[in-house]
Amino acid sequence: MSTISRDEVARVAALARIDLRPDEVARLAGELDVIVESVARVSEVATADVPATSHPLPLTNVFRDDVPEPALPIQDVLAGAPQQENGRFAVPQILGEE
Amino acid sequence: MTAATTTGLVAYEDAVRRYDPVLGIEVHVELGTLTKMFCAAEVAYGGEPNTQVTPVSLGLPGALPVVNGKAVEYAIRIGLALNCTIAENCRFARKNYFYPDVPKNFQTSQYDEPIAFDGWIDIELDDGEVFRVEIERAHMEEDAGKNTHVGGATGRIQGAEYSLVDYNRAGIPLVEIVTRPIEGAGERAPEVARAYVQTLRDIFRTLDVSEARMERGNVRADVNLSLRPTPESPLGTRTETKNVNSFRSIERAVRYEVSRQAGVLDAGLPVVQETRHFHEEDGTTSSGRVKSDAEDYRYFPEPDLVPVAPSREWVEEIRATLPEMPVARRRRLQTEWGYADAEMRDVVNAGAMDLIEATVAAGTSAAGARKWWMGELARRANQDEVALEALSVTPAQIAQLQGLVDSGRLNDKLARQVLDGVLAGEGDPEAVVVARGLEIVSDDGPLLAAIDEALAAQPDIVEKVRGGNQGPIGAIIGAVMKATKGQADAKRVRELVLDRIGS
Repeated sequence: MSTISRDEVARVAALARIDLRPDEVARLAGELDVIVESVARVSEVATADVPATSHPLPLTNVFRDDVPEPALPIQDVLAGAPQQENGRFAVPQILGEE
Repeated sequence: MTAATTTGLVAYEDAVRRYDPVLGIEVHVELGTLTKMFCAAEVAYGGEPNTQVTPVSLGLPGALPVVNGKAVEYAIRIGLALNCTIAENCRFARKNYFYPDVPKNFQTSQYDEPIAFDGWIDIELDDGEVFRVEIERAHMEEDAGKNTHVGGATGRIQGAEYSLVDYNRAGIPLVEIVTRPIEGAGERAPEVARAYVQTLRDIFRTLDVSEARMERGNVRADVNLSLRPTPESPLGTRTETKNVNSFRSIERAVRYEVSRQAGVLDAGLPVVQETRHFHEEDGTTSSGRVKSDAEDYRYFPEPDLVPVAPSREWVEEIRATLPEMPVARRRRLQTEWGYADAEMRDVVNAGAMDLIEATVAAGTSAAGARKWWMGELARRANQDEVALEALSVTPAQIAQLQGLVDSGRLNDKLARQVLDGVLAGEGDPEAVVVARGLEIVSDDGPLLAAIDEALAAQPDIVEKVRGGNQGPIGAIIGAVMKATKGQADAKRVRELVLDRIGS
């Protein structure tokens, strides 16, 4: 029995800007099903006395001091920019939203 | 164009008579740390574009964030000042969306586990009424970069040909503070909204966690508003007016939305749940985008950051160092100074509280300090169209000036002339007194000479006074004051005149 529908896969793919073909949607729906079911099985054995895992590493409070370090040189910053103007990234026109 | 935008506006007073407004306010504050939230890029206002970025703030592949401990401390300070519970354990989450000012394609934020929650603050309205606002949560996140739209006529998005992005601001630590629905404000909703943000701004400054300059966008407010027929009705559909960035705009935006939504509801139409933009020029709002539901951001725990678990010892340590909050301080000073409510309100509105506090600390009575700052100095600041604190006179100088009056060396008129000198940069009041020779003439010699002259000039008055009618004596005193250019002590002159006439 499938819990993840093709529509859901298509919707999430669209949100993530991933262009999927119909056969890929079908395949992923099946694969995601297996993952969701596996997680559900783990949840069954996780009783109230098992604390939730926030992170796989048993660490908290990894902080940095508030001390500035040199920034990336501007030529490196812009090295990956397809287009630039006056030290800034030039990007295509953005429609509809401010 | 939706149908909603074509319905008319209802006059504000009419709208709030028939509908109950409910507010919800989200305030973002940029923290005043030296570096960004997740990397050591320096934060400095006004830098050249893209000179304050690292691989982390650019979201380059493989770059790993590390939390700025100072930013966490500041977030806890804010949470405590807002009477929140500080989470024993919380984590960051990714808020996924695609927009050029978010280089990683997600904003690192907090979702289900904010660092602070369940708080409240009391705000004071213009008439002194106290209104409590409940805080749902305060969470840590990062700012986005800055887009500049090029090619459009107005510099706004519509009509832009392309956009230029500066990532200096991307990654600056933010704390977002979210209220619970603010009910019961009624017709005062615009004032409540403004006073709330103003109170937060004052708190940020008092806590020293941000410069909190509205005009620089250090503090930004999103104002949610909905209407319902009565306070007992369920909440109506809300709109969210984004980035309202001055106190006055907050009031105007709320007023406008009340009028607009009342028009929509009167027409029997539903209010569309959407974000709206506020327009400074005419005080209106216009439709932005239809609000997406939370799942659309596909929030999930940030795998690159471990949880933040502030120890209770740390939290208590921070609590112990919290300064006195502005509202409490205002109440304390009012009691200490013995000002009436209206007097205190005027002092606060004139921005004179700190100045008076410093003047009192320098030895002047509260009444004396108020007389100067709310009187002569307010008049001059007003005349020059500058803030009181921008006048070139210090509280210590005012205290010295009042000291000269109190000790009888200056009268009020001379003191104002001394003030002229101080404001003109001639030095402290003492120095101006000496340089301009403005001290009250306390030596009886010159006074007696002037008195004799005045008496000789007006023998009829002398007769009347001798006859027991002291009324006309003022004419003699006036003549003496004139002759001494106001530098005589009028009380002493009177004594000497009476003595001279021998009555």
